[in-house]
Amino acid sequence: MEASKLIKISKNIRKDIIRSIAVAGSGHTGGSMGMADVFTALYFSVLNHKPDNPNWPERDRLILSIGHIAPVLYASLAHAGYFKKEELLTLRKLGSRLQGHPGRDHNLPGLELSAGSLGQGLSVAVGLALSAKIDNKSWRVYSIHGDGELQEGSIWEAAMSASHYELDNICALVDRNGVQIDGKTRGVMNIEPLEDKFKAFGWNVIHCDGNNIAEVISAYEKAGKVKKQPSVIIAKTLMGKGIKTIEDNYTWHGKPPSSEQVEDFISQIESSN
Amino acid sequence: MQQYINKGDKPTKTGFGEGVLEIGKNKNNVIGLGADITSSVGMNLFADAFPDRFFSLGIAEQNCIGVAAGLALDGKLPVFATYAVFSALRTTDQVRISLCYNNLHVIIGGAHAGISVGPDGATHQALEDIAIMRVLPNMTVLSPCDATQANLAVQAAATQVKGPVYIRFGREAVPDFTSNKMKFEVGNSQELHSGNDITIIATGHMTWEALQAAYRLKEYNINARVINMHTIKPIDESAIIKAAMDTGAIITAEEHQIAGGLGSAVAEVVVKNYPVPMEFIGMEDQFGESGQPDELLEKYGMKSGNIIKKVLATMDIL
Repeated sequence: MEASKLIKISKNIRKDIIRSIAVAGSGHTGGSMGMADVFTALYFSVLNHKPDNPNWPERDRLILSIGHIAPVLYASLAHAGYFKKEELLTLRKLGSRLQGHPGRDHNLPGLELSAGSLGQGLSVAVGLALSAKIDNKSWRVYSIHGDGELQEGSIWEAAMSASHYELDNICALVDRNGVQIDGKTRGVMNIEPLEDKFKAFGWNVIHCDGNNIAEVISAYEKAGKVKKQPSVIIAKTLMGKGIKTIEDNYTWHGKPPSSEQVEDFISQIESSN
Repeated sequence: MQQYINKGDKPTKTGFGEGVLEIGKNKNNVIGLGADITSSVGMNLFADAFPDRFFSLGIAEQNCIGVAAGLALDGKLPVFATYAVFSALRTTDQVRISLCYNNLHVIIGGAHAGISVGPDGATHQALEDIAIMRVLPNMTVLSPCDATQANLAVQAAATQVKGPVYIRFGREAVPDFTSNKMKFEVGNSQELHSGNDITIIATGHMTWEALQAAYRLKEYNINARVINMHTIKPIDESAIIKAAMDTGAIITAEEHQIAGGLGSAVAEVVVKNYPVPMEFIGMEDQFGESGQPDELLEKYGMKSGNIIKKVLATMDIL
């Protein structure tokens, strides 16, 4: 798909994130907006999947470890064709398939894992990748993590096991926006030097601008060529990307836009680059 | 009714290990996961027989649960066992979200459960695992009474259950008295001794103690019904209600904290359906300590003699 088309899709995903969180009245705006380009790259270029056959056994698996950015996952699934976009406006409502944090018990097509307690998704990714290796399957596992999430010790247990079993069919991605609920990640609990940490745990490390779709796709292509080693993409993103007035502002981690802000935010997204 | 005899002492962990080997032979999607203490939990039998299907993950139990979840998402049947203090307690959040909320068919083994772990002391004596595991939605909790039944429990966990299963077992060699011809039906308790004067509902190692108590209570002209509650969840409500109606008093016996364990599970059913006097044998809101298994069971009141005393006291107030 050509670059201009992908950018258009990512803007539409961003608009739907704003609309759905505003209607919900709660939700994680900042991280969802920052990751719209990564999700566009995944669902419209990187992933081998069939939206009309969500349980296709040969599909690549996307594991969202940071369940709180569910709005970007839901908007991406809807735009990819897993379900109708109108359903996005049911986010967080009673009876909705779009739970505040993803829940498989509500049978949303395309959702691979119920998740939201930080630090668990990489372990699940390791289990899936191991399963594919046992059966000599070629599908791949893509997991999505936050940089604050890397403070959870269980992430490093999982990282150790992925390289121990040479799981080159895993590509994790860290949303490195540098902020978490209490403030800058560097101040809350420093995770630097991040690249050295992953390298020390036996991982291949790739950097990219997580708000540049072409760079994200090329990072995933590089990861796909690595053998006998898991890869991690450290994707630099801007929390709240696309809305100048909230970008890089950590107070927008878990805040919804008010109904008055929606129109302004959507026009900001439209004119963003 | 038949009198059960000890075929010879055997640890329930050995029965667990034999059960895992058995399901490994019958199903090629069974995957073993180890956290460094593979032979202490009986999983060496599987690991030696199926080295390609056994994965060592080191002393990293939280990761083990997540890996099991990933394997199960793709149709494998993972079996992960370590000491119950780790498999049920250290990993509770992973078990809750990655396994239970996703409702994945994974067998978790809780080894070295109870105070009979002995000299290792309080840190390694799991006395809270039943309470934690039984409140998690979608979880099935099994607590077999001897090695033979532990083997059958694993097979039942593999074939009769669709979601996560927690199986609790101990380290000490204990009387192996049941027959492998006694069907293990998840959710259906077993009446091992008939009687209408009082009911003793026991689980795990305490079932043997309950039987010994029932045999000796005959000297007092008391016919005690003994129920082996090998499934803590889903609990056999009809057997409990029937026991309350038929015998008018119930004593529970478990190697576990009284709060939250078998006794609480039985009391929930009794209070709601047919309230009768109840007494509880188990740990009384305290940690254990080092000592020989028998010394500890004696000190903390979990021997057949303690059951007899409780029965006599309960009968007096009736």
